[in-house]
Amino acid sequence: MDTLTRRRFLVASGVVGASALAAGATGYRLSDLLATSGDRDPRARTLVLVTLYGGNDGLNTVIPYADPAYHDARPELAYTGEEVKRLDDEVGLNPALAGLHRLHGEGRLAVVRGVGYPKPDRSHFRSMDIWQTAEPERPGNTGWLGRWLDRAGGDPRLAVSFEPAMPPLLAGERSAGAAVPAAERKASRVLPQATLAEFAAAAPEDTPARARAAACFADLRSVEEMIREVRDSEAAAEQEPDGEGAPATATGGSRTPLDAQLDLVAQCVEAEVSTRVFSVSLGGFDTHADEKQLQEVLLGQVDRAVSGFADRMARTEAGRKVVVAVYSEFGRRVRANASDGTDHGTASNVLLLGSGVRGGLYGEAPSLTDLDDGDLRFTTDFRDIYATLLARVLDTDPGAVLGGWRGRLDGVL
Amino acid sequence: MTEREAVAHLLRRATFGPTADEVDDAERAGVAATLDRLLAPPGDGQGGTAIPLPDLGADPAARLTRDSTREQRQQANQQRREQTLRLIHWWLDRMVTAGDQLGEKLLFFWHGHWATSERKVRSASLMLRHLETLRRHGLGPLPPLVDAMLRDPALILWLDGQRNSRKAPNENLARELMELFTLGHGNGYTEADVKEGARALTGWVVDRGTGVARFEPRRHDPGPKTILGERGEFDAASYAKLLAGRPETARFVAGRLWFRFAGAQEPPADLAGPDTATTLRRIFTAPAFAQTRDTLVKQPVEWLVGALRQLGVRPADLPEAVQRRLLAGLTAMDQVPLRPPSVGGWPAGTAWLTTSSVQAKLRLADTVAGAAARPVLARLTAAPPAGRPDALARLLVVDGWSERTRAALTPLAGQPRKLIVAGLVSPEYAVC
Repeated sequence: MDTLTRRRFLVASGVVGASALAAGATGYRLSDLLATSGDRDPRARTLVLVTLYGGNDGLNTVIPYADPAYHDARPELAYTGEEVKRLDDEVGLNPALAGLHRLHGEGRLAVVRGVGYPKPDRSHFRSMDIWQTAEPERPGNTGWLGRWLDRAGGDPRLAVSFEPAMPPLLAGERSAGAAVPAAERKASRVLPQATLAEFAAAAPEDTPARARAAACFADLRSVEEMIREVRDSEAAAEQEPDGEGAPATATGGSRTPLDAQLDLVAQCVEAEVSTRVFSVSLGGFDTHADEKQLQEVLLGQVDRAVSGFADRMARTEAGRKVVVAVYSEFGRRVRANASDGTDHGTASNVLLLGSGVRGGLYGEAPSLTDLDDGDLRFTTDFRDIYATLLARVLDTDPGAVLGGWRGRLDGVL
Repeated sequence: MTEREAVAHLLRRATFGPTADEVDDAERAGVAATLDRLLAPPGDGQGGTAIPLPDLGADPAARLTRDSTREQRQQANQQRREQTLRLIHWWLDRMVTAGDQLGEKLLFFWHGHWATSERKVRSASLMLRHLETLRRHGLGPLPPLVDAMLRDPALILWLDGQRNSRKAPNENLARELMELFTLGHGNGYTEADVKEGARALTGWVVDRGTGVARFEPRRHDPGPKTILGERGEFDAASYAKLLAGRPETARFVAGRLWFRFAGAQEPPADLAGPDTATTLRRIFTAPAFAQTRDTLVKQPVEWLVGALRQLGVRPADLPEAVQRRLLAGLTAMDQVPLRPPSVGGWPAGTAWLTTSSVQAKLRLADTVAGAAARPVLARLTAAPPAGRPDALARLLVVDGWSERTRAALTPLAGQPRKLIVAGLVSPEYAVC
């Protein structure tokens, strides 16, 4: 199996600026913000961003099964109308996406087609930079949700990632989200709390990198506090007679990392923590060879994790205010390569789901015959979707975060 | 900067983490002689203390055929996992013990540059060969290195090179070769160059039975190609030569070396030398290099190996359970040798400084401190309690503690293990 996960893609090329992450250390003190926990506006919505690293093949995710051009371009890889989970007379979902198909039937899944950006870049790393910074012309060193966080006060608990290394999308100019390990771990008692608290202080001679190292100790304290509250409430829920609160694995066996990450998100949402944005991810979508089976396995993981999460969210008031967005850095070529895989392409689909989402198909499906050097022409700029999420989920003026971007995706939220 | 601070800065960057004794020696020798010795270690060229290559045994993949049973496959898989773990532990041990510290650290750089993971290669012996090829060409000029890597079985498997044929071009290797290994993203190549480059690389396959990369002429596309504006019947060798000879490649690779050995500051002009040894010399002697103190975040492997060296701990001498804890710690911090997260290599800078990693670091620091060699502990406890933070700074080759960290360390002076842990996780020790 291709385990080229590409998760922590790029930072190698220096997108996350040291100064951006370090500034948080002196800009504010997290202990000052601890008291605000629990002040969450009950009307506030929550965004859960699911990043699929590696370039998920969009044409075999939302499948134009009725288009002969689709079957001509990738005969070995194509799905027939009988195999797909039909959405209408023209398109259907990959057979592995049974849960999402059901959500579509219930009007809770929106599929935005042909999403991309001008002058597509076929490098994973650069394209992921573009999606995470939302700056296609020249990706800078802040992520779009990091810039939102700057404006929302900079408390790292507002934007949480359950990945071991923080994705650049949560790095702002003055602040950065918190990376919290998904695996359950006891808070460290290796050193006395007083020592950890001392380390959290800024020293005047600190370089930005050293200041960031110190700030980690401040973040550690507030994040541990938050996780403790979540686990306490989880423990309380488990004692309820109906047992609804406890997340069970229906099938048993091993859980995928995405499951584990979304479990923690669910616990946090149900505990009504102050976090407004969660970032989770799954890697491995770089299917240059033997794609069909591999992609089905991965999409199956996405399907179980995401649809299970959506169902769980539908059961609580706080959960019904959650909007999930699923994207990848690009789709793949229309035509298969001869290793039964596909090479890096351009436009693809973005999925939005949740109780507050108006389900259906959005955006114009790109033509499979009017191609740009073998690749799809995008029809919806991804910043339209970001702007809609910023305005409708995060109650923020999108222009301030997206460099004055005016486009929107109407009707979906 | 004092002479001692200058040699300490050089040694922190050019090695995995110098011991106090090494800094003493270097201070006596001076900065210039220390750099000479780093680039050309005395004696056997390995500093006299290179541990031999591990005996991994036969590659279990060689035994498998199309007809192998499920049990045989599982057994081979199990054996492969054991061999891989042995190789990772061996490399950690070598990083700690190698007399040729710069050579070993440079190897770790090249491993992150040509980032190839055993998770897809699935062969410990091919990964070892990959490392030895990088080691052989590491200090030399770029063309032989690029040429050798395009024939390296692990890299070919990693980037689907063996799937790339005349009938079925696969762009993966050609794209990453130009984007990440040679020219650098956006440095003057186009999508058409990627496609033409893929054609040049057609025909190379890896024989899992023998572990050898082999050229199959009938899979190769012999036709003329146009790459970077030059027309010719390019194959892997001439394509490698074309890329490695471009000034963009020399500049890009020198910039990457600067990024990892000096920092994220703009590199000085004209760093690229005729070979990597010269480029490294220019980096370490650049006036700007002296300005980079305390700006480079230690990668988890660098942090761990440095701590082990300074505390006199040799991984191979530890009980197996403790060795496993070291690896578990690196896993939790998200950096395990031979398992880079992607072909883009590992992150750098403050991406390593997260709440998640600080928790993992605390546990790992505790394991390392618990294994500290007696003579090292004795030196620390020989100081009166009030002097122990300073003794710790000398031990860990930290130029000095801030008032903040001194205040954190002072109450722990009576508990040497906790004092060491606190030093290892301190903001001062997180950077170099």
